[in-house]
Amino acid sequence: MTTFNIYLIGVGGQGIGLLSEIILRAADHSGQSAVAVDTHGLAQRGGVVVSQIRLGIAAGTPLIPGHQADLVVSLERHEAMRGLDSAARPGGTLIYYDTVWQPLGVRTGEAAEISAEDLAAACQERQVRLVSVHDPDLTDARQQNMRVLKTIHQEGLVPGISQADYLQAMDDLMTGGMLASNRKLFLD
Amino acid sequence: MKKMGNMLLTRPPFSEIVMGNTALVRAMIETGTRVVTSYPGSPTPEIAAAIASIPPDERPFYFEFSTNEKVATEVAYGAAVNGHLAAVFFKSVGLNVAADTFVQLSLMNIIGGLVVILGDDPGANSSQNEQDNRHYAQLSYTPVFEPADPGEAYTFYKAAAKLARTQHMPVILRLTTHVCHAKAKLAFDAWRPHPRDDTPRFDPANGPYIPIAANVFPMKERALERLSAVRTFAETTALNRVSGTSKRRGIITTGLTALSAEAVLAETEDTPEVLKLALSYPLARETVRDFLATHEEVFVLEELDNLMEMEIKSLAFDAGLRTKITGKTDQAAWMGEYTPDKVRHLLYQVWPDVVPAASTPAPLSVPERPAQMCPGCGHRSAFHAIKAVLADADITVADIGCHTLGYLPPYEMGQLLMCMGASTAMGSGLGLFNQTRRVVAFMGDSTFFHAALPGVVNALFNRHNLTLILMENGTTAMTGHQDHAASGRNFNTETVGIPLRQVLQGFGIEAIFEVDTYQQAELGRRLQEALAVKGFSVVIARHPCMLKFTREQRRRPNYQLRQVGVDQESCVQSHACVARFGCPSFVRHADGRVSVNPDLCIGDASCRQTCPVEAITKPQIRSTEEDPP
Repeated sequence: MTTFNIYLIGVGGQGIGLLSEIILRAADHSGQSAVAVDTHGLAQRGGVVVSQIRLGIAAGTPLIPGHQADLVVSLERHEAMRGLDSAARPGGTLIYYDTVWQPLGVRTGEAAEISAEDLAAACQERQVRLVSVHDPDLTDARQQNMRVLKTIHQEGLVPGISQADYLQAMDDLMTGGMLASNRKLFLD
Repeated sequence: MKKMGNMLLTRPPFSEIVMGNTALVRAMIETGTRVVTSYPGSPTPEIAAAIASIPPDERPFYFEFSTNEKVATEVAYGAAVNGHLAAVFFKSVGLNVAADTFVQLSLMNIIGGLVVILGDDPGANSSQNEQDNRHYAQLSYTPVFEPADPGEAYTFYKAAAKLARTQHMPVILRLTTHVCHAKAKLAFDAWRPHPRDDTPRFDPANGPYIPIAANVFPMKERALERLSAVRTFAETTALNRVSGTSKRRGIITTGLTALSAEAVLAETEDTPEVLKLALSYPLARETVRDFLATHEEVFVLEELDNLMEMEIKSLAFDAGLRTKITGKTDQAAWMGEYTPDKVRHLLYQVWPDVVPAASTPAPLSVPERPAQMCPGCGHRSAFHAIKAVLADADITVADIGCHTLGYLPPYEMGQLLMCMGASTAMGSGLGLFNQTRRVVAFMGDSTFFHAALPGVVNALFNRHNLTLILMENGTTAMTGHQDHAASGRNFNTETVGIPLRQVLQGFGIEAIFEVDTYQQAELGRRLQEALAVKGFSVVIARHPCMLKFTREQRRRPNYQLRQVGVDQESCVQSHACVARFGCPSFVRHADGRVSVNPDLCIGDASCRQTCPVEAITKPQIRSTEEDPP
């Protein structure tokens, strides 16, 4: 079985952890072995949050060697650029939700905001396919992670995982209104 | 939804995807661990989250968050000498706090057994250093198990608990950040509950338990004898593992570092053999000697310090072995987590013919994103007001907690940091001979009870001249909102919250000022008054943790999010809100305009008072038309 590495990156509070666990559990439901690891702790306070998943490995390090991520998933534009820089492999894919949570340096006026065009150019240079997601009808920012998951599924960006696997993973982790609204978003 | 608590209490064998920290809790249950204690600190708080998922009346053991790591260790020890298998867990630097008690444990006959679970942090992901706690193991003759992943966290805990119970001794289970937080699908054994035995079995005849004078030496002798017995275990345990093919070259390593090595070497042919030891201390000398004797070159791949390397070189010397042994080759090898990339680089330095150099593209430019205070955080409001009062020359001393983040721009409040509770006493020293630069120390409320009391008492006792600002948010926010002694609730039940002000008054502090941090002008005035006091003064700067508060609000039915806005007509682009108050909810556009990020604003409105032209509008339910173009 070949290894498929997924590197998820976002800002603390965006729901990277839940998104990662859904993909991990969906992979398990699809019969694939997988290991994963999250970054917790200080990073939760508006810092960078990273989660890594390695499909096709039952036991072994969950840390993806540099520039060997087949898929980088980001929930914010600056973090998409960071994930591209540190993790994506040439020939891999970067999917991100096109929203901006300005880093400190941008807000204090010391750094320029990264534009969607900057990111597209960098992806081209690194030979990474770019998938941009943005949904103007999405009213709750906390669902941006599920909106990205929907496109991951629609585009078949993670091999071997079916819609039923994703739904079962969502059932494992959510309940009540949260499950209902995220299921609806995923299936609509 | 799968319920973690139900999963943890399952009787027959089962499989589930779990984090390392969760796997430990199942191991605690299966081994019949009766008492578990802790003080929250990354990377370990999720152990308590897993415990909390079990309904209290079904929990097979007692758990508490104690006031600090030393207290937690003492509670666990007390239970263990009463015959109960006990465990205590905390973060890396927590062992410094616990050390005074911890270093004595191996002298004691701990009839129930005691497992000390350490969340070490190579790479300093969430700690003020990356100290190698194996040094403590050596100085206290305490064995160290080194699990590499969630599966080993589970099996090694069970082995450590068995050893602790049969040898009546303390045993360390040393996890590192990415072992605690790794996830994998594990096959768990059945749980056959032990018959419950509440008998208090403490008996001085099992001692001595008083390490004084003549007692010390027989107690030390026993500790050394136990260590010797554990060395035999370390040499013979099936938990050691060898992988790879080459008999010429070998690697000796432990824990997650072994998995890094295996990942890097998987790409190579005639892979050097990797000897992965289950225990880093005591060293499995016979096992290592045999490995050295059967390889021409051995690389001791050891994260952080070179403890195994020194012992391995010394035993090779004593045994007259001619094996070429390599360990640390440069300063960088002493630093950082041994990730696959780091290990690749280290192996390349030693054996360039085995592992090729990594090719890394030129880095892209991405603005850094340091951790910061949340939208609405009361500490931000406090720092903004405090900064306006203090002179540039004044000295501000930080402590551990969310408020530590005030050291960053734009506040730069907190110029020194040491460890839990240190700010008041450091500030006292900074005040000596100092007539010109005022000293202000900061302190969180959980930290106040953890380790700050002696420093506060000392400031009074020795009549030091400084102002302490107690940043009271009602919780242990940084580590995930655990309750503390003033919260009015402990891990298990309601309790009487210890009132901060009355504690301070009880000490005899007269100059105590209290203010809500959202009242920035009032806070400024109170701080001026406190600074004018000759001697020790305290400002209680209070506001509930808004992350916790907002989460609770959002769970309520009919909750409607309100947010502030920026009136573009009146805004003069002073950027006070976005650059000096620095709430992450503000957006600075390339043309100088400022708007509010609808993903982030919680409508707390603490920003409104910072705008010189009152351009920040009252919080209201947001409509999409208000979004800037």
